[in-house]
Amino acid sequence: MPAVIVHELVKKYGSAKEPVEALKGISFNVEKGELFGIIGPDGAGKTSLFRILTTLLLPDSGSASVDGFDTVKEYKQIRNRVGYMPGRFSLYQDLTVEENLQFFATIFNTTISGNYELIKDIYSQIEPFKKRKAGKLSGGMKQKLALSCALIHRPSVLFLDEPTTGVDAVSRKEFWGILKGLRAQGITILVSTPYMDEAGLCDRVALMQNGQLLSMNTPDGVIADFKYLLLAVKGPNMGKLLQALKLFDGVEDAYPFGEYHHVVLRNDGDQQRLEQYLREKALDISIVPVKPNIEDCFIALMKN
Amino acid sequence: MNNENMISAEGLTKRFGDFIAVDNISFEVKKGEIFGFLGANGAGKTTAMRMLCGLSLPSSGKGLVAGFDVYRQTEQIKKNIGYMSQKFSLYEDLTITENIRFYAGIYGKSNAFIKEKTARVLKQLHLEQEANKLVRSLPLGWKQKLAFSVATFHEPSIVFLDEPTGGVDPVTRREFWNMIYQAAENGITVFVTTHYMDEAEYCNRVSIMVDGRIDALDTPSALKKTFNAASMEEVFLRLARSATRSDA
Repeated sequence: MPAVIVHELVKKYGSAKEPVEALKGISFNVEKGELFGIIGPDGAGKTSLFRILTTLLLPDSGSASVDGFDTVKEYKQIRNRVGYMPGRFSLYQDLTVEENLQFFATIFNTTISGNYELIKDIYSQIEPFKKRKAGKLSGGMKQKLALSCALIHRPSVLFLDEPTTGVDAVSRKEFWGILKGLRAQGITILVSTPYMDEAGLCDRVALMQNGQLLSMNTPDGVIADFKYLLLAVKGPNMGKLLQALKLFDGVEDAYPFGEYHHVVLRNDGDQQRLEQYLREKALDISIVPVKPNIEDCFIALMKN
Repeated sequence: MNNENMISAEGLTKRFGDFIAVDNISFEVKKGEIFGFLGANGAGKTTAMRMLCGLSLPSSGKGLVAGFDVYRQTEQIKKNIGYMSQKFSLYEDLTITENIRFYAGIYGKSNAFIKEKTARVLKQLHLEQEANKLVRSLPLGWKQKLAFSVATFHEPSIVFLDEPTGGVDPVTRREFWNMIYQAAENGITVFVTTHYMDEAEYCNRVSIMVDGRIDALDTPSALKKTFNAASMEEVFLRLARSATRSDA
């Protein structure tokens, strides 16, 4: 049985007259032991989804189960077996590091020593500061404490809502290393992120926008679904180049991508014609086909 | 871009007790330049920015922002800069026009100026229909674009952007950068922090802070050459990993 089953889930906010649909009937499964990423910008509906799955919010329609338990009728069983790290730091700021961990262990009828093995790699990094109040920790340390507290009862499914938002590239890499280690211990992990480049670190991903899933697949599968030829183009005047690219009739889309512009071509055969066109405009350029990444796919799906 | 310095820092330092948050940084930013200010969490970016915005007095060193001294002329600095951040930008329970009027009023703009420019900004953003809606009801991407327009509404000579595109979808993120380019073309100097390494490539020059120091400062292409790296992410990771100050 899948660890998580989501079936046509709908969540609305606001008044009956002006409803805001945060989830527009989404469905997916997460298999046991999977590291599953929900990738999408703010406002996609990621947090609503996580709050429903952790039994903190009721859906308007549809259903969901975690470890075989219904999120509405059997919420108590779910609360005992999942770990949840919300997007906002939500530990007790005026308790110390150790007191916070102790508190969460006690609530779940366990002890720190009982499950220390699972959190050792993470908690040992903040243990030297265990007498410090949680509110006085740096961002990276808060994140590690929150993760330790979410893990202390050895949950079967771990929900992490945007754990890397606002975190620098080095700490992000480190955090994903930790997740890989937890997955190796058999914990199912659902993680949401607005950073497209983190998709490649998941077993499967769901790309989410405006309460809907745009695509769901392995990261390689999402990329294989990109049907166009993608070119990376670079020149001395990038602004002028982008304008010229957008005016070319064979171009489906063109947008800046780091030091290049990415150009989505409708027909593979158009590459030569494009080069010719840019040369006629006396634009000195380099042009190479590139493999799309998740962000290219997301942009293409958004514009569909 | 021209040769006039809009920001110049010389040995700028901030200490909190024994802790040196910003350690003797020196750099210049030219008029109309897009300057990327990178660094790991805890490297000292926010403290440095606060000194440059006239919100925190340096412990030592010199600093001029828009021609004003960071010790003695902090009020003039505040009048001549714009600021927006991801965390706070607009009042959610005011409408779009109320937000614009509020900020423009704080900067002492005349009613005639506010009226004329509000119409222009709303048109540019295609928000004419939403003018009287609460900011709360706008999608994040629109909010951030509006916040940028509000931060530059009083036509400051410099705008400070603190992670302006965090959490924004990839299409809107690019539209946002388009607005940055336009502002720079109009002579506004842009000082921007980001965690998206592809955005570092969009800057004219980039500085990278490590343990309170600026350990690298150059154009993205020169930095990649110096560090023999394929991308700015690689440059960043290499420098940031050398940090000894811990944000564990």
